[in-house]
Amino acid sequence: MKAAVLVFPGINRERDMARTLRLISGHEPAMVWHTDTDLPSGIDLVVIPGGFSYGDYLRCGAIAARSPIMDAVRGYAAHGGLVLAVCNGFQIACEAGLLPGVLMRNERLKFICRDIFLKVERSDTAFTRGYNAGQVIRVPTAHGEGNYIADADTIARLEGEGRVIFRYVAPDGARDAAFNVNGSTNAIAGIINDRGNVLGMMPHPENHVEAAIGPTDGRGLFAGLVEALDRAA
Amino acid sequence: MIRNESRITPELIAEHGLKADEYDRILKLIGREPSLTELGIFSAMWNEHCSYKSSKVHLRTLPTKGPWVIQGPGENAGVIDIGDGLACVFKMESHNHPSYIEPYQGAATGVGGILRDVFTMGARPIACLNALSFGAPSHPKTRHLVGGVVAGIGGYGNSFGVPTVGGSVRFHSRYDGNCLVNAMAVGIARKDQIFYAAASGVGMPIVYLGSKTGRDGIHGASMASAEFDEDSEGKRPTVQVGDPFSEKLLLEACLEIMQKGCVIAIQDMGAAGLTCSAVEMGAKGDLGVTLDLDKVPCREEGMSAYEMMLSESQERMLMVLKPEKEKEAEAIFRKWGLDFAVVGETTPTKRFIVRHGGDVMADLPIKELGDQAPEYKRPFVTPAKPKEIDAESVKAPVDIGEALEKLLAAPDLCSKRWVWEQYDHVILGNTVQRPGGDAAVVRIEDGPKGLALTTDVTPRYCEADPFEGGKQAVAECWRNLTAVGARPLAITDNLNFGNPERPEIMGQFVGCIRGIAEACKALDFPVVSGNVSLYNETNGRAILPTPSIGGVGLIDDFRASATLAFKGPDETILLVGETTGWLGQSMYLREICGREEGAPPPVDLTEERENGDFVRALILDGTATAVHDLSDGGLLVGLAEMAIASGIGAELSAAPSDIPAHAHWFGEDQARYLVTARTPQVAALLARARAANVPVWTIGKTGGDTLTPPGARPILVTILRERFEAWLPAYMAGEQ
Repeated sequence: MKAAVLVFPGINRERDMARTLRLISGHEPAMVWHTDTDLPSGIDLVVIPGGFSYGDYLRCGAIAARSPIMDAVRGYAAHGGLVLAVCNGFQIACEAGLLPGVLMRNERLKFICRDIFLKVERSDTAFTRGYNAGQVIRVPTAHGEGNYIADADTIARLEGEGRVIFRYVAPDGARDAAFNVNGSTNAIAGIINDRGNVLGMMPHPENHVEAAIGPTDGRGLFAGLVEALDRAA
Repeated sequence: MIRNESRITPELIAEHGLKADEYDRILKLIGREPSLTELGIFSAMWNEHCSYKSSKVHLRTLPTKGPWVIQGPGENAGVIDIGDGLACVFKMESHNHPSYIEPYQGAATGVGGILRDVFTMGARPIACLNALSFGAPSHPKTRHLVGGVVAGIGGYGNSFGVPTVGGSVRFHSRYDGNCLVNAMAVGIARKDQIFYAAASGVGMPIVYLGSKTGRDGIHGASMASAEFDEDSEGKRPTVQVGDPFSEKLLLEACLEIMQKGCVIAIQDMGAAGLTCSAVEMGAKGDLGVTLDLDKVPCREEGMSAYEMMLSESQERMLMVLKPEKEKEAEAIFRKWGLDFAVVGETTPTKRFIVRHGGDVMADLPIKELGDQAPEYKRPFVTPAKPKEIDAESVKAPVDIGEALEKLLAAPDLCSKRWVWEQYDHVILGNTVQRPGGDAAVVRIEDGPKGLALTTDVTPRYCEADPFEGGKQAVAECWRNLTAVGARPLAITDNLNFGNPERPEIMGQFVGCIRGIAEACKALDFPVVSGNVSLYNETNGRAILPTPSIGGVGLIDDFRASATLAFKGPDETILLVGETTGWLGQSMYLREICGREEGAPPPVDLTEERENGDFVRALILDGTATAVHDLSDGGLLVGLAEMAIASGIGAELSAAPSDIPAHAHWFGEDQARYLVTARTPQVAALLARARAANVPVWTIGKTGGDTLTPPGARPILVTILRERFEAWLPAYMAGEQ
């Protein structure tokens, strides 16, 4: 797997993401600066990492979504290239039109850093083949604006087309408002686009991949991607 | 000729916080009346916050050396050697007055300032901690301050991208009018690539980097050097506004030009901004500095020299660059979208000259401004030692379990989850032990080494007996680092006190320093950086003396570190250290009996060291399965915390007959740890303890879902957890 990690001013989890990609794929990802107009050739994954691009001083992700590199990312996605967008990356992907909906202030209006539980709704995507459908995984969240909202039609479409990939649940997998950490509609934590090649999610699987540091439930996402890409190659 | 913008009147001198004798000293020094800009510069450099004029003579008595110390106090941050060619750079600093006036921005810029101190030295920040003291929960401002300060710390650190991994939060009515916000930052640098403030070479360009200069924060340092009164909230305009986004860019740009070998000297613009940074660079390098203010990037039009010299706009740096690397450095700064301007040069004259609009606005001797500022030996009185309290005279609780539940829900002892969940504590992917334990543990780069980090102080002990309290703050910090298995290396001290012009306050300061010095010497635990915050008073009422101690320890393999959670059932619980049932100044006495009295527990530093070394060895060879230091609340609170962290209960053996039961369970004797071990290993452990002359008792067994003191009703661990977790969220929601 050869990945490109986008770097916008104010992004701050790019090093976490690069380390995880290196650890699991064995390849050093390319770090791509926001003013670049082309993605490196030969890549098979674009990652938009977390952070506070442009300080989140305007709507989260709004400025980064208009960076020169994002035209290249849109083109790449339009041709079926895989894009993983995490946290601020998810916000950027929504602002860039790669994914529907928007991420609002957390329901309780506070930044929350906490391990949460996600139900993996599908295992038949490039991003989730390392998990079983229905599996509950534990990964950290760290955001102030992760409350996923879209109009009723969009939500109905996402649900109807099976495009909700991750949902906030109780440790036993049950839907429970007390575990919907940010108040997202239908406890949505991650979605894919209609073509299934762009995943946006608020939690940070890249921070839960090493047994020596803590839980390793984030590994499945990256290991699954590596496997999918190696198989395709 | 110096252009003078306004007449220097006694009122103007007083407004600048300068005393009559200090003004006389200025007149003698320069042989004429200063210009307004010069007066501002003197006030900025000679105020307590920047000059340490009341504290310096005492700070010199602190032990600051050790084979592993690379840089002690006096630079932007302390530096210690952690092996493998790496150095740990760290410091703690207060932002008390701004945080009281404007809690979000005050706390945020406190974090920003301390992060800048660390990366100015060439280190990439890897962790933040803090020590927060608020007024009584019942005080009308407290909730607002807690909410704002916590949001501000999170708002800055989260966006900057550094994990906030530890800290402490306390409440006491003595902080009602003056909360304390002490922020600590820790970074890692290559040992051979540490950067310092001292300029070298004549005619070198002085470069301004970072954000533009505005009118914010003018007189911030002077405000921090005065007492508070009813009008203090009118000082809100003196609080700076933080921009963590710019700081993150500044970090990346600075580290990049450092790595490219462009930098000769670097100083961040913190308190007293351009003035303090330029003077320090020159004074430390025995050089003069000339600044041309027409070149300074400004956010607003028409700023005067006086305003530019005193602005505390954030996220700015001053550097001396290698002339041949100037273009390369500029390109890097432009790439990050930051301002870059050559604003002056070094000179051989040891004069500090400021030009603006073609005029010389200041021409002053640089050494006297900087490292030769005034110094005072203020009079002090040593407070009388309080009487020891006989445990027999302290009322026993009706029910031990009820007292425990009440203590776990006390504001100072309860879970601070509501606070630390607002801090990103997992970013960078190296947080091995998260907040809530004895010390945080973070992996160093790809490991296996780890750093243990903590902040500690028990202000009520310091108030009762400054000397013992100072010792205890250091000892508890050392103990917390030991309790996770680390070898304590060095501390940063953040000394918060009242008005030093009052002999009784100065007595507290001197007593605490003596205690800190004694403990640091005994434990080989030098002070490598620090900060003094005086004048923490409102309407003549001082805070509790609060010398916050931030400690750093090293563990060779972070995977060997211990946590406080019980690991499984049927393990033996052991108590390390002597228990006398010391209830003076205990949480039990305060929270259950409503008495804040007596002498605090004395700290025997020899015992502290022997017991700690013994426990650390048990952790590193895998004998200890869980470890917890004993401090506030005593033995039963410590056991409850281990149970809560694991969900596993414990059955306890009876208190010794020679101590009242409540003194046994809630006394706060020092140098103690709780340790668990697998039962078959206990005999060998006890034999080792005897050989090492360390007192160890088996006091119970883990298992079940209740904590059961002998003769008392069993208490469900889930109930204890509920009590422990409930208070702070309920209080912040306005329900308490």
